[in-house]
Amino acid sequence: MTRLLDVENLTLQFDTDEGRITAVDGVSFSLEQGEVLGLVGESGSGKSVTAKSLMKLNPGNAIYGPQTRIALHLDDGSVDIMSLRTSSELQLVRGGAISMIFQEPMASFAPAITIGKQMVEQLLIHTDMSKKQARELSIEMLARVGISDASRRFDQYAFELSGGMRQRAMIAMALSTRPRLLIADEPTTALDVTIQAQVIELMKDLVAEFGMAIIFITHDLGVIAQTADTVAVMYLGRLVERGPVREVLRSPGHPYTRGLLEALPDLEDLDRPLTPVPGDIPSPLERPSGCVFHTRCQVAIEGLCRREVPQFVDLDEHHRAACHLVARERGAA
Amino acid sequence: MSERALITTRNLSVHYPLRGGLIGPRQVVRAVEGVSIEIARGSFFGLVGESGSGKTTLGRALLRAAPITRGEVIYDDGEVEYDLAAIDRAALKDYRTRAQLIFQDPYAALSPRMTVRDIIAEPLEVMGLTKTRAETDERVREIAARCRLNLEHLRRFPHAFSGGQRQRISIARALVSRPRFVVADEAVAALDVSIQADVLNLLKDIQRDMGLTFLFISHDLSVVAHVCDHVAVMYLGRLVESAPTRELFAAPRHPYTKALLSAIPSLDPDDRGRAQKLEGEIPSPTDPPPGCKFHTRCPFATDICRREEPRLSQQGSAHDVACHRWQELAEGGARA
Repeated sequence: MTRLLDVENLTLQFDTDEGRITAVDGVSFSLEQGEVLGLVGESGSGKSVTAKSLMKLNPGNAIYGPQTRIALHLDDGSVDIMSLRTSSELQLVRGGAISMIFQEPMASFAPAITIGKQMVEQLLIHTDMSKKQARELSIEMLARVGISDASRRFDQYAFELSGGMRQRAMIAMALSTRPRLLIADEPTTALDVTIQAQVIELMKDLVAEFGMAIIFITHDLGVIAQTADTVAVMYLGRLVERGPVREVLRSPGHPYTRGLLEALPDLEDLDRPLTPVPGDIPSPLERPSGCVFHTRCQVAIEGLCRREVPQFVDLDEHHRAACHLVARERGAA
Repeated sequence: MSERALITTRNLSVHYPLRGGLIGPRQVVRAVEGVSIEIARGSFFGLVGESGSGKTTLGRALLRAAPITRGEVIYDDGEVEYDLAAIDRAALKDYRTRAQLIFQDPYAALSPRMTVRDIIAEPLEVMGLTKTRAETDERVREIAARCRLNLEHLRRFPHAFSGGQRQRISIARALVSRPRFVVADEAVAALDVSIQADVLNLLKDIQRDMGLTFLFISHDLSVVAHVCDHVAVMYLGRLVESAPTRELFAAPRHPYTKALLSAIPSLDPDDRGRAQKLEGEIPSPTDPPPGCKFHTRCPFATDICRREEPRLSQQGSAHDVACHRWQELAEGGARA
């Protein structure tokens, strides 16, 4: 396997009217080429801003921590994302080496420009194709993602397509530049289940064909189980667990991951009561000290979890969790 | 569960006229077409379907918040009986206290300028159900406690609350008039999973303790499977299948229900790609296909499906299905 991405100590704060908010706190992870990473977390967990940081796509009031390092390893050398300043420097990654698709496809297409024109424009910026070649490739990509009558759709506007079609068109646009990394932010959340199943199927085919890595951001663990190789779980801006998808879903180490799984309805066992994670997600203005999850954790260790930030412990070769209890159990074993 | 039905619809249709041109026939959207259901008193009745299936419109029609174009809706709670299609103003006013709606978006449903106490109290004041402020406060405190909100919460404004707490406030507001019938339209869809379970448990507890009847509208089949006693499936304005929850999930009959169930992403990473893929998308309700509305996407469709609309089977059981070929398919003899 070849390393594609290294994120070290990503810390991100936002200046707001109500004060400085920590959105991401010391997150480190890496990604291999062609790896599909499921990034899981609830609202406010920082999963979207983490992904956007990889393209420095966060708004102007974002303040990156001084220790933050993000390295993207491409064929012709590594790019230090944090050092990119001007928009022409950032264009190398934005829409070039990294593409992003969103939950709401209407937001990523300009409403008054045809889909085809937007696709061609993007190819002209990121490749040295001629206009004719770009047009041909765009139509080919639209057909590839399952849009029938692609040459007619090419000249249509986003509002003329149905939700599922728009999502497909957005995927076609994102992949036409052949990115090394695709960031998919809740791409199936707004879709009906039967359409969601189609889009998941399509994305799996495209991974097999194009071989790009994907960071799949979602709150839906079922979607993760169906698509991801590895999983990273975030809570209140921290990474709490990371590992291969089977291990994380079958033997979760962190109490929060376990809580998420227990809160989910299980079709195999309709009698099992739904167990919510107790309490509410704290406001980002009142981040708990120590382990950020301790205010809702049922197995928190008195006096320890409230005070000290837990370090990652290995549960297995690639499976790690940041929890004092896990550390204690491992230490005793 | 009581045998008696709280809500009975017979051939209920809701049509909306579309703004047409000057010439040519006026188009209508048949949002709900010929739906007959019975919602038993004290049950948790699930209504599922994709966007455009008409599930929200049906829910609104049962609250008399959508026009009833054809058919009957009978409400009978043992105290009063109303025919919603022909209800007069005075009776409708009374019905409004008996039937309530919980919305999807707890952020949009609550006025940011009112305290939680005033938000919950408003229906009582508007409907004139309480005479004194003390009485209102008493009712508000009672329902707030049931929805696990404390007195401290009542003095604050909604912005200070998380999504789950806001949804509990919406629930308290919907229940303060002591309704018998509650329509919950995607009531947990906007919530995080860790909170969703809490709100679902709350709804179940309230339904049991207060003897309410719920119509639970959702696109999420696994949630429906966990909370509902009975499930009805809609597609393009039609009821395609209706059955007790366990039966529907164990032995779905309609090809659409089967496809919906198999499209739920499994939590088992080794159980990938089992989804029975459904081609295409739901047709536009302004231009529905002839015959069975599902035939354009159905892998088992034959000539009769393209020509004739199947009727909902009435075999005296609680499991109804509207499909020409369901028996054949159940026997396993049918080929796609």
